[in-house]
Amino acid sequence: MSDIPYRDVDVQGEKPGGRLMEESYLGEKFSIWSWLTTTDHKRIGILYLLSTTLFFFIGGAAATLIRLELFTPAGDLLTDDGYNKVFTLHGVVMVWFFLVPVIPSVLGNFLIPLMLGAKDLAFPRLNLMSWYLNIIGGGFAVWAMLAGGVDTGWTFYTPYSTAFANSHVSLTAIGVFISGFSTIATGVNMIVTVHTMRPPGMGWFRMPLFVWAIYATSLIMLLSTPVLAMVLTLLVTERLLGLGIFDPNRGGDPILFQHLFWFYSHPAVYIMILPGMGVVTEVITCFSRRRVFGYAAMVYALLAIAVIGFFVWGHHMFTSGQSMYASLTFSFLSFIVAVPSAIKVFNWIATMYRGQITFEASMLYAMGFVGLFTMGGLTGLFLASVPVDLHLHDTYFVVAHFHYIMVGGMVSAFFAGLHFWWPKITGRLYPETAAQIAALLMFFGFNLTFFPQYILGNIGMPRRYHAYPDAFQVWHVLSSAGAVILAAAYLMPLGYLVWSLIWGKRAPSNPWRASGLEWETDSPPPKHNFLTNPTIEGSVYDYHPAQEPRREPADD
Amino acid sequence: MTEAHATTAASANHATVSPALASHFHDLRQQHAAADLGLWIFLATEILFFGGLFAAYLVYAVLYPDGFLEAAAETEIVIGTINTALLLTSGLAAALAVKAAGADMRRSVMVLIAVTIGLGVVFLGAKGYEYWLDLGHHLYPTSPDFPLAAPPAKLFWSLYWMMTGLHAVHILVGLGTWGVVLFQTFRRSFSLTDNSRVRIAGLYWGFVDVMWLFIWPLLYLMGRAT
Repeated sequence: MSDIPYRDVDVQGEKPGGRLMEESYLGEKFSIWSWLTTTDHKRIGILYLLSTTLFFFIGGAAATLIRLELFTPAGDLLTDDGYNKVFTLHGVVMVWFFLVPVIPSVLGNFLIPLMLGAKDLAFPRLNLMSWYLNIIGGGFAVWAMLAGGVDTGWTFYTPYSTAFANSHVSLTAIGVFISGFSTIATGVNMIVTVHTMRPPGMGWFRMPLFVWAIYATSLIMLLSTPVLAMVLTLLVTERLLGLGIFDPNRGGDPILFQHLFWFYSHPAVYIMILPGMGVVTEVITCFSRRRVFGYAAMVYALLAIAVIGFFVWGHHMFTSGQSMYASLTFSFLSFIVAVPSAIKVFNWIATMYRGQITFEASMLYAMGFVGLFTMGGLTGLFLASVPVDLHLHDTYFVVAHFHYIMVGGMVSAFFAGLHFWWPKITGRLYPETAAQIAALLMFFGFNLTFFPQYILGNIGMPRRYHAYPDAFQVWHVLSSAGAVILAAAYLMPLGYLVWSLIWGKRAPSNPWRASGLEWETDSPPPKHNFLTNPTIEGSVYDYHPAQEPRREPADD
Repeated sequence: MTEAHATTAASANHATVSPALASHFHDLRQQHAAADLGLWIFLATEILFFGGLFAAYLVYAVLYPDGFLEAAAETEIVIGTINTALLLTSGLAAALAVKAAGADMRRSVMVLIAVTIGLGVVFLGAKGYEYWLDLGHHLYPTSPDFPLAAPPAKLFWSLYWMMTGLHAVHILVGLGTWGVVLFQTFRRSFSLTDNSRVRIAGLYWGFVDVMWLFIWPLLYLMGRAT
């Protein structure tokens, strides 16, 4: 803990006396009321950081119960009903109250105006409202949990959810519905900000790729979330008012629910990964000291994923009885969406190639992201192929696949971004060694937890069962053991990041010598972000200017 | 070139400093662009929201064409058509109010908004009367005396209540928005030309009108096609 390694301070970037001119956004007012009524995008980002952390630990507690239950073959810790409620809670909270908001609303909120040299997002009050909607929606979900829970799984499949489930389906669905408005508000804000508030000199193709990633994510949020809102409305009115859109007794079709649900929920998978891609691009370019490889290709890949992602939803329904031709089309389109994803992976690797790589904690997280995302993506291709999916559908293979994307990908990326911008957000440096240990621990813990689940799925362990034959136990024990390591790796940052708030060294304005406008202002930034309007010079990723050649090959 | 651009923007800012300009925008033009784009994007989400419902309608109308035609013949076409005329007229008033606001004609804006609100309220009244008639005919899917035999008829009537109900909610939101804008115009609490409030409310109202133009043929006209 004694020596905190950070790159040499860029003295030229400091504006002497700058801090005296305007108080930082943290120091301006201290009362709780000033935080709860703030329209400052930076403070709202912090509010989101606190709330998503809380939801992460609620969802994490449910995951702990799941892994404890599955340690032994017998269903001894939880009843079958209790188990259903626990995994539903885990899914609902993690998807809608952690993964969807975490990067766009925490890092995106904090960074988008800074990266664009703007004073705030376009609609500051709407931004605050989105946080309250998120909290109210989450409140409904937690209320449903305390009132007895929901047992439908996070997918709310009909007819079970409409005709049979006696648990608090409507309450949870209303909570998710409300949080959907929060997502839409964030999406509108981000798109309008990027369109109308870019500084002079920053054309579309000179924006940081994190901004592009948030832009593409916002497009998906805006065009998919309303469909979720509609399908949940139909679900709740069917339960409460008896309007039977999905009820087979009235000619309705439960499969229509699946179509509408996955029309949202498959694009939602990209809501939960594109922001991570943006973070990782910033981190990898910085710690490789390299201009990003194929900037335009990275942009088009993001947009291609966002667009094609809308036409692959049927790959969740290969076994639902949809027409064979539909299945084949969806299968083909799902393979197509792998192309832009692969372009991004290749470009990250090409960016690192012959770079001057250093292994700060955020770089370790980012490199972990690239590996785990690749594994998750490749196993996605297994599932996109119809005959293989018929074997693996609803098994632990699927669970492992999407956890590699969501947890291995998005959560790693979030930690990468949180560490990378922590000095900017708080004005403090975190202890590097502890953070590096946590990053490695998370990588190994994650693989130990979820790799056995691929094998479990392939040998036939279905999802959502609380008891299983003895033959599966060894893999479940490995998985649960990994979960213990993973839990430790998640708790460590909570410890040392909070520690750094009080005892951490004060951060200079650009501790990583990174490019990007957000590093040109103080750490933490003043209330209005920039004391003088920042100027755009050179390209975004000017890590090795053209007139300054890299080392000769002989030196390598 | 960038610096020249920045300085002209800054001087323009000093010349036209308006109380309507929020501190995080450079000038009113940027602020108006943001407000307009924001609402247009929001309307895109609304289209997707109703789109889910129209998709459900389309699927079932293709699956059960006869049942849907039979069920659709039971809707109150006279009220539905009068309501269409009322809503389109209110849309005209709203559009004129937006024009008048651009020309800073405060009294005209107030009169036109009042007409818009009045027509909207009459629309809701007629809709309520229609609902009362529908309930009297047991045309709701949970009714034990539901008059139509074919199961798809209940699907049609489920969609009827969802579509018209959600549309009525949007009308209510629109009327509330117009109410606030009218009150603020009356109090002179914002500048008609520097502020986009009237235009934003008008855009939203236009969307609500257009949605009805899809609902009216689907629910009222279709049953009369045979």
